[in-house]
Amino acid sequence: MELLSWGDKGWGDELFFATLMTLAVATAAFLLGLVFGSLGAAAKLSRHGWLRAIADGYTTIMRGVPDLLVIYLFYFGGSALVTYVANKWLGTSGFVGINAFTIGALAIAILSGAYSTEVIRGAVLAIPKGEIEAARAVGMSRLLLFRRILAPQALRYALPGLGNVWQLALKETALISVTGLVEIMRQSTIAAGSTKKPFTFYAAAAVLYLVLTTLSTYAFQRAEDRSMRGMRRA
Amino acid sequence: MDIDFYWSTFLELLTGVPLMAQLVSLSLAVGFVLAVFVALIRLSRWRLASGIAYGYVYVFRGTPLLVQMFLIYYGLGQFEWIRESFLWVFLRQPYWCAILAFTLNTGAYGSEIIRGGLQSVPWGQIEAARAAGMSGWLLFRRITMPIGIRQALPAYGNEMILMVKATSLASIITMLEITGIAQRLISQSYRAVEILVVAGVIYLMINFMLTRLVKWLEHWLSPHLRDAPVVATPAAALAH
Repeated sequence: MELLSWGDKGWGDELFFATLMTLAVATAAFLLGLVFGSLGAAAKLSRHGWLRAIADGYTTIMRGVPDLLVIYLFYFGGSALVTYVANKWLGTSGFVGINAFTIGALAIAILSGAYSTEVIRGAVLAIPKGEIEAARAVGMSRLLLFRRILAPQALRYALPGLGNVWQLALKETALISVTGLVEIMRQSTIAAGSTKKPFTFYAAAAVLYLVLTTLSTYAFQRAEDRSMRGMRRA
Repeated sequence: MDIDFYWSTFLELLTGVPLMAQLVSLSLAVGFVLAVFVALIRLSRWRLASGIAYGYVYVFRGTPLLVQMFLIYYGLGQFEWIRESFLWVFLRQPYWCAILAFTLNTGAYGSEIIRGGLQSVPWGQIEAARAAGMSGWLLFRRITMPIGIRQALPAYGNEMILMVKATSLASIITMLEITGIAQRLISQSYRAVEILVVAGVIYLMINFMLTRLVKWLEHWLSPHLRDAPVVATPAAALAH
């Protein structure tokens, strides 16, 4: 137990900050993923065939390829791209790296964006057509209709699905440890290596993830209840 | 575009498919049995066992697969008594550790899917079976199980695709399946992006075939939803 204590002797404080890092990456990725998801859903519901095709391609690829592969692609490809751009236009020479946080958050955002796309698309489709017609009939502009009618209701319908997407993003952050970002997984590996107690630290990691997922379930349940407060109950 | 390089990479990566297929099929096969078992325990009236089954599902669904794999592969060696037991023959090999982790993981996710399927069996069907004199195992084997599994199949198809994707994690514990070979090729040629794209294409192809297979299975298991086959009757023949 001393191994997990706070301070110089134990790894408690290191694991605590690693947990904050996991939360930070997951939050950044989830929020950015929501942006991708909204764009993807808008494209899937668009009148233009080519936009729908692009969005379909995006979700099919992201859901058919292993997450690890996408993370590697960003890790290797991202640095190569940035190096190329920097050498060509910014006058630098040699290798330019991007930090592991940016790579990890971007990779997971792209992945979770694909899942968000489907969730948000379903939520928008769940809004009764009559309400949109009614809004048009009272003369709302497209922007006002989106802000007053579409967005608030879609958010309510999307909330349970987005809860799942968040849980997925949270668990996917464990894969970013391969890029060297010191989150829960990486910190546990470091601790396991220096103390020769791998079970202890990976079990600690598992408990930390369980705490995060349990708290998230609770938080999303609260949010769901709140978003449904105006609804009639059966 | 260097077609030759893409093609040779493609062929090289294909050599990882058999190992991937082994990991997927073994863990899915054992994991399915485990999932049915756990689902039944969770639906049973036996409170303690049901609670334990819930705990298992909760832990395995609430933690990343990578943690589970590391706990098994790196973690278990911490204990003297495991290293001295006969289990160590298996647990020191990454192959069996990966399979154990995948099996336990898919067993947890699968049990929730199958539980949903079993619970969706219409009550009337069970009542009808009871009325016809079936009970216990016979009722389960003839009515609940086939209908429940069929209901669960689309969701279980998703789980199968998730398993194919999950096998790429085995490369982290040194297994040379598709992703593992891709990593080796990257360290040899440094042409990471091209190699990763080819690997992605292979995974997409496999998952596409798997989706087709599940669709076909669904079709085969739901004859009652299909149109009646057009049979050539004498009357129809006469009409010509």
